[in-house]
Parts: sequence; structure tokens; C-alpha cells
Amino acid sequence: MKKIEAIIRHFKLEEVKNALTEAGIQGLTVSEVRGFGRQRGHKEVYRGAEYTVDFLPKIKMDIVVSDEDCDKAIETIVSVGKTGQTGDGKIFVTNLENVIRIRTGETGNEAI
Amino acid sequence: MRNRAFLQVFLLLITSLVITNFIADPVYADDPPTEQTSESESSEVEKQAEFVGADIAWMLVSSAFVLMMSAPGLALFYGGLVRKKNILSVMMQCIFLMGIMSVVWALWGYSLAFAPDLPLGGMTGFIGGFDKVLLNGVIPHLNSAGEPIIPAAGTIPESVFMIFQMMFFIITPALICGAFAERMKFSSMVLFSVLWGTFVYCPIAHWVWSDTGWLCECNKDALYPALDFAGGTVVHISSGVSALICAIILGKRLGYGQEPMPPHNLTYTFIGATMLWMGWFGFNAGSALAANGSAVNAFVTTHMAAAAGVIAWAGAEWVARGKPSILGACSGAVAGLVCITPACGSVTPIHGIILGFISGLGCYFACTKLKNTFGYDDTLDAFGVHGVGGTIGAMLTGVFATKVITGERVGLIEGNSYQLVNQLVSVLASAGIAIVGTIIILKFIDILMGLRVSQDDEIRGLDITEHGEEGYIFF
Repeated sequence: MKKIEAIIRHFKLEEVKNALTEAGIQGLTVSEVRGFGRQRGHKEVYRGAEYTVDFLPKIKMDIVVSDEDCDKAIETIVSVGKTGQTGDGKIFVTNLENVIRIRTGETGNEAI
Repeated sequence: MRNRAFLQVFLLLITSLVITNFIADPVYADDPPTEQTSESESSEVEKQAEFVGADIAWMLVSSAFVLMMSAPGLALFYGGLVRKKNILSVMMQCIFLMGIMSVVWALWGYSLAFAPDLPLGGMTGFIGGFDKVLLNGVIPHLNSAGEPIIPAAGTIPESVFMIFQMMFFIITPALICGAFAERMKFSSMVLFSVLWGTFVYCPIAHWVWSDTGWLCECNKDALYPALDFAGGTVVHISSGVSALICAIILGKRLGYGQEPMPPHNLTYTFIGATMLWMGWFGFNAGSALAANGSAVNAFVTTHMAAAAGVIAWAGAEWVARGKPSILGACSGAVAGLVCITPACGSVTPIHGIILGFISGLGCYFACTKLKNTFGYDDTLDAFGVHGVGGTIGAMLTGVFATKVITGERVGLIEGNSYQLVNQLVSVLASAGIAIVGTIIILKFIDILMGLRVSQDDEIRGLDITEHGEEGYIFF
């Protein structure tokens, strides 16, 4: 099993979610996060006081998939989430030890 | 423990006032105020004055409008500008002042501002006496024939005048809160507002608005009859200058200039600013104290000045840094409104545009350049907008006052350069008492109970540490 953490743009969330659902991904968790990478922050001015905003808002998706589905999910996120501009985000993939469905106690691939 | 001591002192003060009034009351019954004596001489029994229904209706609505300026207007305007850990502290300041200042006004504030002079060694027109303490002679009473009499102030009951003025008494200290937001102890703020209202606001209101005031244009014997229709000196210069003193004496917020302190919710600020704009119609047009031509002119000039203020401030930003901002537009509206406050009863709407525009630029300069140059932390620019805008307005009133509107007194453009002197004296006098009064009151409170919250409390935010609540709770 793999855990995919994808940082994407806010306005791509709906498209990416739909594409993943069509590709057979059964569930995901979304959170609003802030961070920075190559995309630079911006300046804000309030009554003459200037602030540099370094942390930009992004969406983070947590997706857990079986080993076979992993590549498909990544391809989907990359192809749909891409605009070609700096700031499209990143995908992190890690090996996952176990998954447990709380209701039934099922574990592993069956619980995904 | 200090807080408890403060509460006891305050309760003692109220109790002693109530007791004095009960002792004083029988004296009034035997020896009624002079105006009642003269009436009873002519007709034996005091008669009910005639009222004008339209005037009463307009003044009741205006009073409610002015209250709306304090909260939610000012509460949202200021609340959006602080960091989110302090939003409730700002809202609490506004609503608590609605409570405490109303009671103070009814107990002794109204009397000090509008009762006949307190004789101060022969000087007249400096502060009201105690004749109207506890609303004595203001609210309905029975005449010698046992009929209920409603005391009059012009064409409206005096109660209406009293409560309209009460709303001003609430919002003025609330404006000062902008200077010490995010760091002042709540208990100290309450004591400060009560003392400031009593020893700074009431005298200025008496000078400028009572029939015997030494700055009142309604007083034929006034030393310097200044034009202040709706409170440029009484409300804005007094609060703005005091705000600057507060900002300097309390000192900067922790981390000011080092860490970012942007407004946490400009949408609140926008809502608050637009509510202030609307409420200002009551503030200014209501100051005509009647539903008449003067009220209409004040209404129109007020709107034009706010409109010009928006263009001036947002336009200045547009030119200076390429983008007009929402905060700039909101601030510009308030700057225009502050500036037209003393002027709206003596200038035309076209002059209103000029005043609003000049004030918008002047306050923009004060908030963006002046503050940074001198390095004081006037958190929400109470001085930059109210002090600077109020002064510009008071002076320009002396320039643009026209006979068409005032009916009598004119300004510089119609040949009366002396009016500028009157205006200058009124500005200096109200700024002077505001500076001296604020310094004394703050030093007194500092010794008594301290002014600022502890460093830890300031870092955690006043919402939790002073009120035990949070503005934004998720789950």
C-alpha cells in the first residue's frame, strides 16, 4: 500500500477529485495548508505597512491506494492538476504499513 | 486584587452620587431652577411646551443611527483590523462602553455638559453644574397642579436631546480604543473611559455646545464663537489627540515593526466602515436637532464629503503604489466623514467635496507617512484619521462657512478671516485639555492598577486572557 500526499492548487481541487473518482480511487482526505516552494510569495500593504507573505495557501490531498493503483493515481493528479506555471505543487509517495477500517476491523488492501 | 479595588472605588463613587442626589432633591423642590421660576411667575402653573412630531421622529431615528455607529459599526471596523486573537476585546470595548458611558451620562455626564454653568470663581462657560444630575429636570415631572410635564429642548423633549447626546458620549471614548487596541487592560480601559468622559469630554461639550459655552456660536457673549455643528472638536479632535497620547504612553505592541500585524479580516472592516457611513447621517444631520433644512444640508454635505474621501485616499494609493485598496477606500470614507462633521451645518455640498478630498489626502499622509516617521504605534490610526481629519475639518469650516447655510456667521471666503481664529482657538483648546487630561488620567491609572496586560497575555491575545473567550472556534 502507498500513501500519496499531493499539494495542489485550490482551483484544481474539483477537477482532480473528479478525475481520481473516475479512475477508481475510492476515498481521499483534503486539507487547506500553507507553504512555500519555488513560487515566490507576494507583498501586501495595509495603510502604508508593508508585509511579505511567504506562505501561500494550497490544498493537500491524502490518498491511500494499493500498490497497483498508485501509478494511475499519480498520473491522474499530474495530468489534471498541471497548469505549467510555477506553483502547481508536488506529490509525495510513501510506503504504508497498514490500514484498518474502524467499523469492521478489516486490515490491509481490503480496508482501503 | 487591583481589579477588585477598582470596582469597589467605582461602586462607592456611584453610591455617593446617588446619596448626594437624594439629599439635594428636597432643595430643588423648594427652589426650582431659574427657568421654571420665571414661567411660574407669569402663569402660576408650569405649562406643557409644544413639540413638533417630525422633529421628535427624526431625532429618535438619528439617536439609534449614532448608537449603531459604536456597535456594530466601529466594533466591526476596528475588529477586522486587529489580529484574530484580539477581535473580541475590541468588540467588548465597544459594547461595554455602550453600557457604562450611558449610565455615566445619565448619572452626571449630561449635567456636567449641558446644565447651567458651574461658577468657577467668576469664569463662565467652562463646565456645567450639578442641576441635571440623575436627569433631574430632564425627564417628565409633575407641575404644581399635579399634571405631568415633559421638559422641552427646542421643539423636542429634552429626553430626546439627552439620549442623542448620550450616543456621542459613547462613541467618543470608543474611538480612542483604536489607539491602544491589542495591549491595554480591560479594567484600566473602563476606568480611563469614565474619567476621560467626565473630565475631558464633558467640559469640551459644555464649551462648544451649551448655551453658555465660551466657544459656542449660539452664545452671544462667547469669547471665541467657533462653528462646530456635529462634533469636530468635541468628538474627533478630543478623541484623536487623546488617542495619540495613549499610543505614546502605553508604548508599542510587542513585536511592532518586527513581526507582521496585518488586519485579520478586512471584510469586517468594510462592513463596519459602510455602517459608520450610514450612521453618520444620524450623527451629522441629527445635530440639526430638528427635521429641517439644516438637517437636509448636513445630510447631503456629509455624503459628498465621504464620497470625496473615498476617491482621495484610494486614488492616492492608486497613484503611489499602483493599486487602490479596500482598506484605503474605507479609511478615506471615514476621513471624509470626520472632516465634514464640524462643517456640515455651515458649508454647501460642493464645499463638502473639497473638504472630503483634502481630508482623504491629509489622513492618508498621516497614517502612512507621519506615523512611520515618528514611530508611535497608533494601532488603528485613531489619531491619523480622527485627530488629523477633525483638525482639517475644524479649520476648513472657518474657511468655507457661508451665509447661505448658516444664515449669519461666515468664514474666510466670505470675508470673515476672524472666524479662522475662532476655529483655531477651539482646536487648540480642545486638543489642550485632551492632552493634559489624558496624561493625568493615564498616569493616575498607571499608578493605581497599571495600563498594559502582561507580556504573556499580550502574546496569547486579549480574547482569552481578558475575557476567557475566543472569536473563532472550530469544532
